[in-house]
Order: sequence, then structure tokens, then C-alpha cells
Amino acid sequence: MIEINHLTKRYGGLTAVDDLSFSVQPGEVLGFLGPNGAGKSTTMKMITGFLAPTSGSVSVCGHDVDAAPLAAKACMGYLPEGAPAYGEMTVRGFLSFIADVRGLSGERRKQRLDDVTGRLALGSVQEQMIETLSKGFKRRVGLAQALLHDPPVLILDEPTDGLDPNQKHEVRTLINAMAKDKIIVISTHILEEVDAVCNRAIIIANGRILADDTPQKLAQRAPSGRLDEVFRSITTAAAPANHQGAVAHA
Amino acid sequence: MHNVATIFRREFASYFATPLALVFIVIFLVLAGAFAFYLGGFYERGQADLAPFFNYHPWLYLFLIPALSMRLWAEERKAGTIELLSTLPITLGQAVIGKFLAAWCFAGLALALTFPIWITVNYLGSPDNGAILAAYVGSLLMAGGFLAIGACMSATTSNQVIAFIFTVVICFGFLLSGFPMVLGLFQGWAPQAVIDAVASLSFLTHFNSISKGVIDLRDLLYFGTLIAVWLAATAIVLDMKKAD
Repeated sequence: MIEINHLTKRYGGLTAVDDLSFSVQPGEVLGFLGPNGAGKSTTMKMITGFLAPTSGSVSVCGHDVDAAPLAAKACMGYLPEGAPAYGEMTVRGFLSFIADVRGLSGERRKQRLDDVTGRLALGSVQEQMIETLSKGFKRRVGLAQALLHDPPVLILDEPTDGLDPNQKHEVRTLINAMAKDKIIVISTHILEEVDAVCNRAIIIANGRILADDTPQKLAQRAPSGRLDEVFRSITTAAAPANHQGAVAHA
Repeated sequence: MHNVATIFRREFASYFATPLALVFIVIFLVLAGAFAFYLGGFYERGQADLAPFFNYHPWLYLFLIPALSMRLWAEERKAGTIELLSTLPITLGQAVIGKFLAAWCFAGLALALTFPIWITVNYLGSPDNGAILAAYVGSLLMAGGFLAIGACMSATTSNQVIAFIFTVVICFGFLLSGFPMVLGLFQGWAPQAVIDAVASLSFLTHFNSISKGVIDLRDLLYFGTLIAVWLAATAIVLDMKKAD
């Protein structure tokens, strides 16, 4: 499980994440919602140990991310924002590199590589350089990399960004298929995605949790029963003066 | 160790995935040869040694090694792969060492490919091959020193051109630290011990003493310490400013 205690991140005068506390249990697919600049990615970067929090702590699978970073990182798969990958490598070369770093070997390594290339339909581009791939393929390479070691915890920052409707559907099916005994945290601003895959949704803005509920219950908060209306009313009401520009833009 | 090897393999292969490896090696070999034959007067001197070849290595490295090291971390920052790399179950130290060793091996490969000049000098006369070997070792160590400085500069920025320029400037300072140009900055106000310390930092002094054929423990220690200190600085810089 993931336990987040009073997590705060400040950049100079700006507080990106403000005293966040929540925990996620196996079987939960948590949708992380919020306007651009709400602190979603920053929170994910702290969960995965990329950024050190200003204060507060994160523990994943019982390992404190600050005190035992390697153990915590070993049980997580992470798709960073924008799905970065080494452009000059082939898809096969890149996934083999990740398999090596993840310590996969022998039969299991082969089986895991076959599994992710099959699930994400990467078979046809195995020998292609990643920088020559379309946005949708790049995203799927990023997902394959995160799933490769079959981790108990998956942190996916905008996993369906740049995918076409069919590919979005397939990634959602994939997430649903894995959801049963894993912890999956996805960030998105596509609200229908939350309905499609998440059984819990946290709405954050300005680094604070504004709502934490099931998508169904959240939707019921609006007279129309639509999640996007709830989202708009919650996040715009919370925006202080200095953030209005960003929210209006979003 | 396993993780260092994995990072090393990926990084080393990445040089050959682009024209970088070919361009670097060809330019290095052409310039090394041109310097030795035209500026160094390899034939005209009428001596069977490689002094005219090795004498120009510091200057060759001054511009070529920063070109090799500038991408080490700046490219990871630019492409965002630094986030991927630092959320994999490896330590920062393993990544720093693996990437540095890959760049160093690549520089070593380019250096090794200058072997025809060694064959030539053996064909023309009977040189002191021990001294030549020592000079090769010295040259490789010096390349490592330049690369470690370059790795650190590359870690400070996502802009490879800035990394290149900073590396050239700092390496230039290290090359010339035994010369009046640099020592003049300290003379008049700093105690003699400081001036001596600065003078002893010079790449040229240590490289020249090795390339005369004497591998002194102090020179090995100098380059070893230099590399270790700059790599430690690289790790500190990366840890301090990972996100931007």
C-alpha cells in the first residue's frame, strides 16, 4: 500500500503540494484529478522518489521512499509525464535495458518482455528507434516500461495522453484487467477516464485535497449528476486570486 | 556492480546509435595525426619517439572531450529521461559512475585507434615502447579528468552548449594552472603554499611527467583524486537540482 503523510513541497514562495495525506490500498485504482498546476505531477514525483519532499513522508509497500529508496522503487512501476524514453534506442533495446535494471533474467525476463510487447501491441515496432515513433507508440513504450516487472504499485502520469480513442480504450481495458490486486494511481484531466477505470477519485487544486470519494458519489454532488460539473464547481471555487489565471486557462 | 554495468552498456551503445561515435573518432584521429605531423614535425625531428604526438593531446582534448561529455546529463535533463533513470532501482552513484565509465571507454577507444602511429614509429626506428605505453596511460588518465569535469558541468544544465563552454573554460584553467597566466591571479595576495597548490593542479605538469615514461604514484593519485572529486560533485549537483 501507499501511505502519504503530511506531504508538502515548496518551490521558493510557491507551495506546489500542501500538507497532503492519504493512503491507497491494493485493489484501488485511484484517479488523481485537478487543473493544470494543481500539484498532481509533483505529488507523483515525490511518491516515486524523483523529488524529495520539503516535509512529510511517503511509504510504498512498507518502504519509506526517503529512507529505503531502492526497495520502494523496486516495487513501483512509473510512467513519468510525457513518457520520456531514450530516443536513440530501439523499442527492444530500451525494454531490455529496463529488464536488466529491474533484475529480470532467464525465462521470466523473456516471458515478461513478450507479455508487455503483446499487451501494448509493440510487436510491429520492436526494431524501430523510439524517436521515430508516433506519440501513441511512445506512450505505449512508456507504459510497457512501467509494467515490465509486474510491480504491485503502478504510478501513471497521464497514461492515455496522445492516444487515439481505440488506444485509449485498450489502455483502460489493460488497467482494468490489472486492477484486482494492484495499487494503481493515475493522473488525468479526462474525466470520462475516471468513470471508466477508477474506483476512487481525489480532486486536488493548489496542492490540497478538495474531494476524495468514488467517482459515482462525486458525480452525485452535482444536480446534473455529471462529474465534469462537480470538477468545475469544486476547483474554481477553491482557486485563490493568484491562481485564477491558470485555472481559467485550464 | 550489476547496475553500473547495465548503465555502462546502455550509455556506451548510445554513442554508436547515432553518427556521434563515427564523427568523433574520425575527427580525433585526423586532428591527432595532423598535429603530430605538421605542428609537431614528427618526421623532421628525426627522433623515434611519439613526443610530437602526445604533446598536442591536452589541446586536442580541450575541445574534443567537452563535446563528448556535454551530452552526458544535459541530454537526460532535456529529454526528461533523468526522471525515468532516477526512479529506477539504482543509486545515483551507480548512474554517475556507469555513464562516466562509458564515456571514458569511448575516449579510450578513440585513443587506442591511434595505434598506426605507434606502428609507424616502430617501423622507422626503435623507440622506447615502455615510454610510449606510459604516455598512452597518461593521456587516458587526462581524458578521464577532462570527462569528469565535463560530466559535472553537464549535470548543471539542460543546455549542451552551455555545458560545453563551461567545461572548456574549467579544463583550460586546469591545463594552465601551472602557468603565469593563472598563477598571476593569486600572486601578490595568496600565501606561497596556495600558489604552489594551484600550480600542482596543472594537467600539463602531471601529464608531461607521465609522458616522459615515468609513472609516478603521485601523478596517478592526482588524476584518480581529480576524477573522484568531480564525479562526487556531479552526484551532488544532480541530487540538488533534479527537477529543473
